[in-house]
Amino acid sequence: MKIRIKFTKTGHMRFIGHLDILRYFQKLMRRAEVDIKYSEGFSPHPVMSFAQPLGLGDTSEGEYVDIEVQSTESSAAMLRRLNEKSCPEIRMLKYVQIADETRRSNAMSNVAAADYQILFRKEAPDESALQAMLAQETLVVKRKTKTKEMETDIRPMILSWELGEEGLFVRLATGSTANCKPDTLIEAYDHFRGVTPPPCACHFHRLEMYACREGLFVPLYQLGEELL
Amino acid sequence: MSTRKLALSDEILMSVEKPARYIGGEINCVYKKKDEVSIRFAMCFPDVYEIGMSHLGIQILYDMFNSWDDVWCERVYSPWPDLDAVMRREQIPLFALESQEPIREFDFLGITIQYEMCYTNILQVLDLAQIPLWAGERGEDDPIVIGGGPCAYNPEPLAPFFDLFYIGEGETQYAPMMELYKKNREQGGSRQDFLQACAMLPGIYVPSLYTTTYQDDGTIAAFSPTKEGIPARIRKEIVSDVSRTYYPDKPLVPFMQVTQDRVVLEIQRGCIRGCRFCQAGQIYRPVRERSLDFLKEKAIRMLESTGCGEISLSSLSSSDYSQLKELVYFLIEETQKRHVNISLPSLRIDAFSLDVMNKIQDVKKSSLTFAPEAGTQRMRDVINKGLTEEDILHGAGQAFRGGWSKVKLYFMLGQPGETDEDVMGIARLAERIAEEYYEIPKEERNGKCQITSSTSFFVPKPFTPFQWAPMNTAEEFLRKAYLVKDTMRAQKNQKSLRYHYHEADVTMLEGVLARGDRRIAPVILRAYQKGCLFDSWNEYFDDRKWKEAFEEEGISPDFYTIRERSLEEILPWDFIDCGVTKRFLKQEYERAMAGIVTPNCRMRCSGCGAAVFGGGVCFENTN
Repeated sequence: MKIRIKFTKTGHMRFIGHLDILRYFQKLMRRAEVDIKYSEGFSPHPVMSFAQPLGLGDTSEGEYVDIEVQSTESSAAMLRRLNEKSCPEIRMLKYVQIADETRRSNAMSNVAAADYQILFRKEAPDESALQAMLAQETLVVKRKTKTKEMETDIRPMILSWELGEEGLFVRLATGSTANCKPDTLIEAYDHFRGVTPPPCACHFHRLEMYACREGLFVPLYQLGEELL
Repeated sequence: MSTRKLALSDEILMSVEKPARYIGGEINCVYKKKDEVSIRFAMCFPDVYEIGMSHLGIQILYDMFNSWDDVWCERVYSPWPDLDAVMRREQIPLFALESQEPIREFDFLGITIQYEMCYTNILQVLDLAQIPLWAGERGEDDPIVIGGGPCAYNPEPLAPFFDLFYIGEGETQYAPMMELYKKNREQGGSRQDFLQACAMLPGIYVPSLYTTTYQDDGTIAAFSPTKEGIPARIRKEIVSDVSRTYYPDKPLVPFMQVTQDRVVLEIQRGCIRGCRFCQAGQIYRPVRERSLDFLKEKAIRMLESTGCGEISLSSLSSSDYSQLKELVYFLIEETQKRHVNISLPSLRIDAFSLDVMNKIQDVKKSSLTFAPEAGTQRMRDVINKGLTEEDILHGAGQAFRGGWSKVKLYFMLGQPGETDEDVMGIARLAERIAEEYYEIPKEERNGKCQITSSTSFFVPKPFTPFQWAPMNTAEEFLRKAYLVKDTMRAQKNQKSLRYHYHEADVTMLEGVLARGDRRIAPVILRAYQKGCLFDSWNEYFDDRKWKEAFEEEGISPDFYTIRERSLEEILPWDFIDCGVTKRFLKQEYERAMAGIVTPNCRMRCSGCGAAVFGGGVCFENTN
């Protein structure tokens, strides 16, 4: 039986890297006595699949991990058990059963987009610059890979944006086919303005991750069903 | 907890490697309201977080202190050089992980001293905490700085930096010490009043109340208390019933990966073996076993409360634990149910251990470990290592037939009385193990074998029969390492043999610090001021700076390392009574030089002196 868990990573937990979060969940599953499926062999570990790693320093209220269990209680009971054994800054929000389709249906390969709230901590954002930048048809950024520098047009990956009092809200293409991280967007914005920002000028907070179903963006947990 | 403000800004945390080292908040960490406790204790392991968090002793003491309502014990580790630089530049005081508040506001700073190469890190911790480095310069508001752990058995090189040392096991005297502290404060007593009162507690050494004089040749003339009534000798503290004492049910679970990412079950304290090079084998005497029921219960509770994927057994010689079989089979059953690994220390190879290893390890990947410590039987008799060549070859042979093909061997170079024959014996022993493997018919064995030998250089330690022995010089150490290497290469099965050896410079320094006296303290300070830090880390150890520090302080390292001490000499640590008598150690040194083996504690009591504690193996078969 496949289960998808939506969780938060807030506060000081933003300093815990992705691999450490993986280890954290391995231990959490044991503490909460989740009847999870383990890998075979002499070093068994719970089989888990995380969607789209969060950058170190970023927070989120829309993280996902898929697990496989042999048995389970109701969603409400499992959320209670997991949260009891978790630290206050990692909270489980959803525990839903997802279809057992193929191996490819895990949280990682489902993701098509993510919403972010970008908080400007050092100075107010320049709305007209943002507008001018995003009014362009293309927005080419240089990305470094291990061996070479590549140019990518991220404009089509910026699916929507809105500047509010609580920062810049963006929906970005995320996943294996097209992927734009919020810091890439901000780097482009700084480059566009010709500004070198101080360190930690922006805080990135992920709000939700989506799959694409028939042209619509559906939050990942909505692909599953509550267990009653 | 989420409102807890961090001592370091986001900018700093994002600029350093592994910020998770500095944020606290781990699973099972203890928060108290500071206004509701009367004593704040900062427990420090003076090395980086990943190392410090892997240490069992701190977990035990952390649990003990925090089980007391009026004490809040927090943790602190050495900031890594990247953060160290930032803290100095911005004058950020070193803080405790739980409250994130400066250490200098605490009542106590307890530092565990596990190895000599952390001495400069102790100064770093004090310095960053903005506590005066010299104990004599501390004021009424500074924390009381306590040292403990194995290196406290020769506290002298560090004496001027500490207010007091706790000699022995921490479970016994901290409760009375905390009471003394509260009483002293209620009565309006001074720091000095408190220290003097502590000096009367068993196991507590207050260095400022003692003085040393020296003879013309540099050896100690006398060591004595400066005040009347202060004890001249300090006996170590031990827990007599190790099944009725503090042990955590809920060890801390770090967020980041640490060196030992597992729960640890300490099955016994002490060792019956009496290897003559080994300090732990003497200072933790007598052997005291924890009961099977105690261990079973703790194992389950710790696995449940941490969710750790691995449990390991800890002791100096696990094969000697009398109920090992029952414990191990119980753990195998429990861990398989929970999908948890067991990691066992190297066991004596026999039918039982091979069966256990078969159950818990992948035979093809895992290796067998032996610690012969010396290459020839003659030399193993000198060091009283009761492992014979026959044991090794027979054990390895059995394992090879069971499917194993990898063996690890640990040796020491430079032990007293060692000849080139003994040195070359290391390579020959490895060769003989390989031959044992290739005697198995080709179709029954699993490809090539891999015999990996590692040598470390021997450092004589206080409270061992070799405490009087001269160390080899760095050149001699390296010559011996090359001799092992060349002998390996000249052998038939050389392609199946691997050999590693350690650096010699750092060993020489360890030798000075291990058997040093109070005159070493200014050298440590000078080395620290020159930038020495994290000396146990190859990439940071700077031998040139240390050499300069010795030179500028006019101290000859050779006096402490390669000089042979006379048996009559007053040694810097003689005032400490670890139970084992100097008379016994002398006798053991003489037997070593004559190549005579001494039986282990269960075979026959050799009257080492540890029976004075009235428990453990010394009284096992008496009532």
